[in-house]
Amino acid sequence: MTPTIRTAMGVGAVYAIVLGAALLSPYDPATQHRDRPLAPPARVHVVDRDGRVHLRPFVYADDESGPTYPVRFFAHEVDEDGSIGSRRLLAVDPPAHIFLAGTDELGRDQFSRLLYGGRISLGAGVLAGALALTIGLLLGCVAGFFGGWIDAAVMAASDLFMALPWLYLLLAIRAALPLDVSPGRALASVVIVIGIAGWARPARLIRSVVLSARTRDYVTAAAASGASRARLMVAHVLPEAFSVALTQASILVPQYTLAEITLSFFGLGVGEPTPSWGTMINAMLRQELSAAHWWLAAPAAALVVVSLLYHAAADALHQRSQVLPAGAWR
Amino acid sequence: MAVKRALASAVLAAALAATAPGLHAVEHQPAGEDLMTIDGEVGTSGGALVVAARGEPKTLNPLVALDAQSRDVIWRTQADLIHINRETQRTEPALAASWTVSPDGLHYVLRLRRGVRFSDGHVFDADDVVFSFGAYLDERLHSPQRDLLLIGGKPIAVRKIDAGTVAVDLPAPYAAAERIFDSVAMLPRHRLDGAWKDGSLAAAWGIATPPGDVAGLGPFRVERIRPGEDIVLAKNPYYWKQDRARTRLPYLDRVTFLVVPSEEAQVIRLRAGEVDVLNRVSAQHAAALDRDQKASSFVLQDLGPGLEYHFLFFNQNDPAPSSVKPKQAWFGDERFRRAISLAIDRASLVRLAYSGRGTPLWGPVTPGNRLWANAEIARTPPSLDAARKLLAEAGFVRHADGALADRGGTPVAFSILVGAGNAALNGMAAIIQDDLKRLGIGVQIASLDFNAVLARVFESHDYDACLLRLVDGDVDPTPAMNVWLSSGPTHLWHPSQAKPSTPWEAEIDRLMQQQMTTLDGGERKRLYDRVQAVVADKLPLVPLVSPNIVVAAKRGLGNFRPAVLEHYTLWNVEQLFWRTTGRSGR
Repeated sequence: MTPTIRTAMGVGAVYAIVLGAALLSPYDPATQHRDRPLAPPARVHVVDRDGRVHLRPFVYADDESGPTYPVRFFAHEVDEDGSIGSRRLLAVDPPAHIFLAGTDELGRDQFSRLLYGGRISLGAGVLAGALALTIGLLLGCVAGFFGGWIDAAVMAASDLFMALPWLYLLLAIRAALPLDVSPGRALASVVIVIGIAGWARPARLIRSVVLSARTRDYVTAAAASGASRARLMVAHVLPEAFSVALTQASILVPQYTLAEITLSFFGLGVGEPTPSWGTMINAMLRQELSAAHWWLAAPAAALVVVSLLYHAAADALHQRSQVLPAGAWR
Repeated sequence: MAVKRALASAVLAAALAATAPGLHAVEHQPAGEDLMTIDGEVGTSGGALVVAARGEPKTLNPLVALDAQSRDVIWRTQADLIHINRETQRTEPALAASWTVSPDGLHYVLRLRRGVRFSDGHVFDADDVVFSFGAYLDERLHSPQRDLLLIGGKPIAVRKIDAGTVAVDLPAPYAAAERIFDSVAMLPRHRLDGAWKDGSLAAAWGIATPPGDVAGLGPFRVERIRPGEDIVLAKNPYYWKQDRARTRLPYLDRVTFLVVPSEEAQVIRLRAGEVDVLNRVSAQHAAALDRDQKASSFVLQDLGPGLEYHFLFFNQNDPAPSSVKPKQAWFGDERFRRAISLAIDRASLVRLAYSGRGTPLWGPVTPGNRLWANAEIARTPPSLDAARKLLAEAGFVRHADGALADRGGTPVAFSILVGAGNAALNGMAAIIQDDLKRLGIGVQIASLDFNAVLARVFESHDYDACLLRLVDGDVDPTPAMNVWLSSGPTHLWHPSQAKPSTPWEAEIDRLMQQQMTTLDGGERKRLYDRVQAVVADKLPLVPLVSPNIVVAAKRGLGNFRPAVLEHYTLWNVEQLFWRTTGRSGR
């Protein structure tokens, strides 16, 4: 297995987990278990107090005493009021709970929020990255291929966008949007804002790749043998740009994930009750809370893991393509 | 008759309080010095106290000070004629040893305490009083206290009768007249008259002024200011209070305000023993401090609810932005507002958003206001059924998917505006969102920068509903007039109305005006009780929680009796003393 495939599988696994949030999370991320705020992570047992080994793992209800509640797999969630919810990978009967990563201040299951929040934060990163790369690829190709005043105009615009203090721009744009946006629209606006603010860097890079590709012998040869501009672009120049774009993606996506987390951290991302890693990390701002309740740091830990995975992926991709000298794509 | 009786007894009490220590004073103090004796544990002199401050004061000038840091320092170094005792919440003699009131309540004659000197040794007399009021009322200075000295838009008049007596004439009857003297510092004419004449009084006594040029009548005087670091106050040797053993106060030699900008850092400094007093600890920090209190050198005191109340209100402005307009049919319906109030689980708000350190509220006056809170207001428990019934009565229908819609079929959804910095308010918003979801109401939380929240509420009126907090300046209802009068600039849900837009707002207007001029205390209470009952019934703002005032101090601080009126911990700083002598080195 090459490093590229290994890291790609790692990144893919993270996305598979957050995409499967509906099944993998034991609870709805918005449900407030108001009698269990800041509950520590559940302890799942196989051996009970009397030393008996249970085949099926179990939890206790409140403290480590009382009756045992077996963990049921692929079972329907049962609410405290007895109503039957959707099918979950793990479920226990009330009054016991299975808070794998504890609960937050409002008694919401931290593990479920981590998965659903990952969907928002990682999803926003991928979508914004795709948007920025598409715009960048398009404008970069056009600028590099046509040159002249088109090139000058696109590059001037990219200079302008790169000079903007993007974080403040994001904050300003998000604050100017209407107050009562649904979480879906809020996510869309965050993605669009990040994507549009971020096209300049990939555009410049792709332009330079296109510029160098255009003067390669095989491209000149193709042009001499009468290939149309469109054919030159699609068949000869784009493939070269594409591998660079892929490396770019592995750098941009975690960056944009971080941008979404930053926005949510400042309360400008998707609003409550939809979780995002940013809003979850915000709770850690309050030192007195995070010091005594370490499980609130779960989203930060997840963010570190994802960032490292992407870093490894970028490294592997870079090793593989060597199209450009090291450092040029950073 | 009742009016006269109340007044007579008040005057009598004041006279007694003033003369009793005066009689002793003649025998034991230098001739003509009329020290005020105060109750409390008799302490030992010496030692220093370190108090955490959020920032440095912007000025030492009582005329223009607006920020809390400046006022915290100024009120340890200045004094007023009649003072509101933070503990009893009632007025008591201060620099005015006694006073009489004319039967119509318009004319006060105040007898000044004899032999009082400023911290620079200069004698205090009626000229200083006339000078001080003249400065506070000077329009060019824009003093924040000026408004409080206007009654019905006209200023009070202060005249000198002789060196030890002043007359104060009110332009209209004013029930809380004694209370307006509180927090009006008596300034030294000999130091500030020149600045007033040449127009530089507002800029006088900045923090760059040499401390020796600043004089006051408070228990301490400024000794040193190191910008961004600390402010050191030293004992005023001329202070006019003594304890029961006739020791001149204050006991402490020094009080230092140590600048520690964040609450996190303040808590850490308290734990490390570098700070002796925290004037306010938020609910979240209190929970953390509480855990290790037993083994530590400090005590945490929960004083219960203060005068701060947190509430939800709906935009009822007219005109309103077009995005809000369609929703105002709901917001304007009192059954809708009542249903919202019924759906909100206040006990959960207190437990989850305030770590249990708060008091659920159903009326606008907190139980911390012992003299004025209406105890009759019903503490209705949350009930989704009752809320649903009210909504059905008001024509709202619940669809099969659970969503609520109005008569026209529009789904009921609105946003709640909340300041991003306040963790407790944001926690409340998330709980209310969940509570209202059970009614089928969709709520979006819009967490914005606090200034943006204020701009939307007071200027653009571009919001649906808002979670906000207010702190009453005094227990007396009159300073809260700007909130309750429909013409008031802080009549939050619909400020500055030309004429009251609802009959109940007209009723509140009438009641509030009436209580301001009624001199009978019992009648005033009845009037204000009615205001509270109307607000609790019509719910222009839905009262939710009053956060408890939690303070912390190092163990062994004598006479430490924190109160729920500002300044919570240092209101009796002249009486504070260390029970152990080990601290005098500081």
